[in-house]
Amino acid sequence: MRLDIILRVTTKLLLPLMLLFAAYVQFHGDFGPGGGFQAGVIAGATFILYGLIYGLGAVMRVLPMALVETLIPLGVLIYAGVGVFAMLAGGNFLDYTRLAHEPAHGQELGVFLVEVGVFVTVSSTMLAIFYALAGRGRR
Amino acid sequence: MLLTLLAATTIGVVRVRNLFAAAVLTGVYSFLMASVLIVLDAVDVAMTEASVGAGIAMVLMLGALYLTKTDESPPVHTVLLPVFVAGVTGVALIWAMSALPPFGAAATPLQLAGPDYLQRSLAETGIPNVVTSVLASYRGYDTLGETTVIFTAGIAVLLLLKRGPAREGGDDDQQPS
Amino acid sequence: MSGLVGDLVAHFNQWITVFLMVSGLFIVIARGNMIKKLVGLSLFQTSVYLLYIAPGKILGGTAPIISPRFSVYSNPLPHVLILTAIVVGVATLALGLALVVRINEAYGTIEEDEIFEQDSGR
Repeated sequence: MRLDIILRVTTKLLLPLMLLFAAYVQFHGDFGPGGGFQAGVIAGATFILYGLIYGLGAVMRVLPMALVETLIPLGVLIYAGVGVFAMLAGGNFLDYTRLAHEPAHGQELGVFLVEVGVFVTVSSTMLAIFYALAGRGRR
Repeated sequence: MLLTLLAATTIGVVRVRNLFAAAVLTGVYSFLMASVLIVLDAVDVAMTEASVGAGIAMVLMLGALYLTKTDESPPVHTVLLPVFVAGVTGVALIWAMSALPPFGAAATPLQLAGPDYLQRSLAETGIPNVVTSVLASYRGYDTLGETTVIFTAGIAVLLLLKRGPAREGGDDDQQPS
Repeated sequence: MSGLVGDLVAHFNQWITVFLMVSGLFIVIARGNMIKKLVGLSLFQTSVYLLYIAPGKILGGTAPIISPRFSVYSNPLPHVLILTAIVVGVATLALGLALVVRINEAYGTIEEDEIFEQDSGR
């Protein structure tokens, strides 16, 4: 029996709960505390925990470095893309009222997309920094 | 009271030599700060501070400690000048802060712009959480800048740390980041 | 009673904020170890969060989430500002730690005095 079996079993039980909690915080950010940043940090922490307990190789098989590197600018692109789309639809930059047929719906859609963009960038940045620090190796 | 615990933790961080202990104490400090923020009704901020400070910051610090060393050398210079500078700054700050309105007052100049957003938010955006609506809609441009800052920090860390001196078995691609 | 407690809490609040700020400053100035300096910097930043959020609280109010049950809310604007500040702070911390790791590889140490000696020696 390995010495860290308690950690491994507990982590296996916790990880899906953490991801679910991150999704809850993300989508419930309109009605309670939460939103893109908190959810992104929690999701990043989930994968970091997996990497800490099961090793860097295991987490890199799940989310390879190239994918993480692509995700980091993707969030910023989504955010800026919403802004440019609003501009193309006739309003100012990041003017959400132009995104849908009704101003209030446009606002909700805009906020939703923007928070998704923030979530993607924050979680992938946290994971990338962890990859960089852990993959450096000692001496 | 929570604030006293916060102050006690801070003294611990200043005095302790072992950097590993300093990192853990910083995590404890973040948790206490998050509790204080909840008491102050800043629930969004508390959640962010708890997850970021006690989670990510501690992991990053432990990762960096793993790559450097874990004990701090004893100070070489005398601490008299820094204590003096810190003391003067402290006195100046207290003198400046005595002009602030008392805790919890409702009708102060600080509260000028806030109630406006509180009233407009539900009608214009349909989102009950005013912090989210201000962050994503009324002040959305600032949040774009913030996301860009995170993006820049991630890119910079990758640039600095991506290729390690000790090659660990598989990853051999040499293309520039 | 709320007046007296409010006054006491107001002063205690400000004193603690200043104490945190000053001790963060002290760590940055007085300690030579680079990671300790970064810890002190983040300590300083969190004291600034307290500085901003505490005046926004209204006694008897609640968190700024509109709900039919409450009518008085704390000011949401400082919350937004500090949310941004926290995330930017951790980004800065990550970058600072990456720099410290590289400095350690280049100089072999993270103590400020030894780095200055090596720099003036060469």
